[in-house]
Amino acid sequence: MFQNIGELLLLFWRTLQALPLTWRQRRKVYDQLFEIGNASLLMACILSLFIGGVIALQTGPLLAERGLATLIGSVVGNSMCKELAPVMMSILIAGRIGSAMAAEIGSMRVYQEIDALRTMNINPVHYLVLPRLVAISCALPVLVIFSIQVGWMGGALVSVFNSKIGVSFPAFFNNLRDTVDLWKIVNGLFKSFVFAVVIGVVSCHQGLQTIGGPRGIGRSVTKAVVNSIVLILILDYFVTRFLMYFD
Amino acid sequence: MNAAAPSQQGVRVTVQGLRRVFDGQPVLKGLNFEVERGEVFVVMGPSGSGKSVLLRHIIGLETPDDGDILIEGESIQSPGVMDKYRMAMVFQSGALFNSLSVGENVGLYLSEHQLKSPNEIARIVKEKLEIVGLRGQENRSPSDLSGGMKKRVAIARALVVEPHLILYDEPTSELDPVIAVTIGEEILKLNRRIHVTSIVVSHDRELAFGIADRIALLNEGQILAVGAPDAVKNNPHPRIQEFLTANFNHNLEKSSS
Repeated sequence: MFQNIGELLLLFWRTLQALPLTWRQRRKVYDQLFEIGNASLLMACILSLFIGGVIALQTGPLLAERGLATLIGSVVGNSMCKELAPVMMSILIAGRIGSAMAAEIGSMRVYQEIDALRTMNINPVHYLVLPRLVAISCALPVLVIFSIQVGWMGGALVSVFNSKIGVSFPAFFNNLRDTVDLWKIVNGLFKSFVFAVVIGVVSCHQGLQTIGGPRGIGRSVTKAVVNSIVLILILDYFVTRFLMYFD
Repeated sequence: MNAAAPSQQGVRVTVQGLRRVFDGQPVLKGLNFEVERGEVFVVMGPSGSGKSVLLRHIIGLETPDDGDILIEGESIQSPGVMDKYRMAMVFQSGALFNSLSVGENVGLYLSEHQLKSPNEIARIVKEKLEIVGLRGQENRSPSDLSGGMKKRVAIARALVVEPHLILYDEPTSELDPVIAVTIGEEILKLNRRIHVTSIVVSHDRELAFGIADRIALLNEGQILAVGAPDAVKNNPHPRIQEFLTANFNHNLEKSSS
C-alpha cells in the first residue's frame, strides 16, 4: 500500500513538473475536455436533479412539521454546494472517466504502445498523463457548477410541488441566497479540484501499471475506480476539516 | 535521440556479460557478442529463449542485473548516450497508436519533439510511406490495415527517426510467406540504402538466412553460436541442428524411432 501511495505521489510530482508543457499538449487537452464534458454532462444533470430533489423530500417534511419549511432552501443549497455536488460528481467521473483513462492507458501498455513512445524518447507522463490530468482538473469543477445549480432546481421543484413542504420558489431561493455565499461555492469547487487530481493520478497510474492481457486491463480499471472512490471519501473528511479553518 | 549524430549512419553495438533474472528465473545468462556498423545481425532462437528481452535491453526499455550494452564503446547507461545515437524499434505487434492516423503515427516523433514544421512533417511522412510501399495511406486508421501493412507502417515510423540502429522484434510473425518475404526485402533494402545497423530477432529460419550478414543463435538465455549464416548452419551443436532442421517429417521420424 505504501509503495502505491509513493508511486502515486511520484507520478503527481512528475506531472506537476511537466505543467509548463501543457500548451504544447493543448490539442490532447481539448480532446479530453470534450470527452469528459460530452460523456458526463447529461448524466451529471440528471443525477444532480434527483439528488437535490431527494434532500428536499427527506428534510422538507421534518422542517415543515416544526414550522421551519422556509429553511429548506438553506438545507438544499448548502448540502449541494459544500458536499453532495463535489462528492457525487467525483464518484460519477471516477466511474465514467477514470475507468476510461485506466482502460485506454492500460491497453496502450499491454500492446507495447507505451514502449514505442519511450523508444521515440517521448515521455509517457507528458504525452498521456499531463493532458488527462489537466483536462479532468478543469472539467470536474465546471461539472460541479452545473451540478450545484441543477441540484438547487431539483430541491426547489420538490419543495414547491410536494404538499407536505409547500414553499414558494421565491421563499426557497431567498432562504438559499441568505445562507449560501460565494465562499461556500468555492469550497465545493476546491474539493472537486482535489478529487479530480486524485481520479486523474490514480487512473493514469493504474493504466501505466497494467500487466498481462485483457484480464490485466480489466483488473486495472476496477482498481482505478475502487481506489479513486475510496480516496475521495477519505480525503473528503480531511479537505472538509481543512476548509473549516477558513469559515 | 535528436542531438548531434555521428557522420556514419550505422553504429557498433557491443553486448558484454548481459544477465537478467525475472522472478528468480534467469532469462539472459551472461551474453557476449558484437554487432558491426551497418550489418544485419539476426538473433535466432526458439520461443522463450530471451530474444525479445535482449532487444528490450539494447534499446534501454529494461535495465540489466549485470553486464552492459555499449554503443560505439559508450555504455547506454551513461548520461546522454541514448540522446547521442538515434535508435528505433519495430515491435512485434507494430505498436501503432490506434487513436492516431497512419500519417500521424509515422510523424509522431517529429511532431512531438517539434523538430519540423507541419508541412515538412507531411512531406517526410509521405516519403517514408513511399519507401515501405504505402503511398497515399496517410489518412487511414491503423485498425483498417492488414498485419503486413501495420508492420510496414511501424518500419516507416522507425525510419522517421533516421536511426543509427534499428531493432526488429519478430518482423515476420503472423504474416503469410509472401508478405514475410516483402518485409525481409524491406529490411535488407533499408540496410543497403542508409547503412543502418539492424538487429533482427526472429525464429523464422528463412528470414534469418535470407537477410543476415551474421547470425547469433540464442537458447535458454545463452548464445550457442555466432557467425556467418553458413558457419551457423554447419555448426555441429545438436541443439543448433535440431532448431535448424526441425520439420514435420523429422519430428515424426524421431517420435516413431
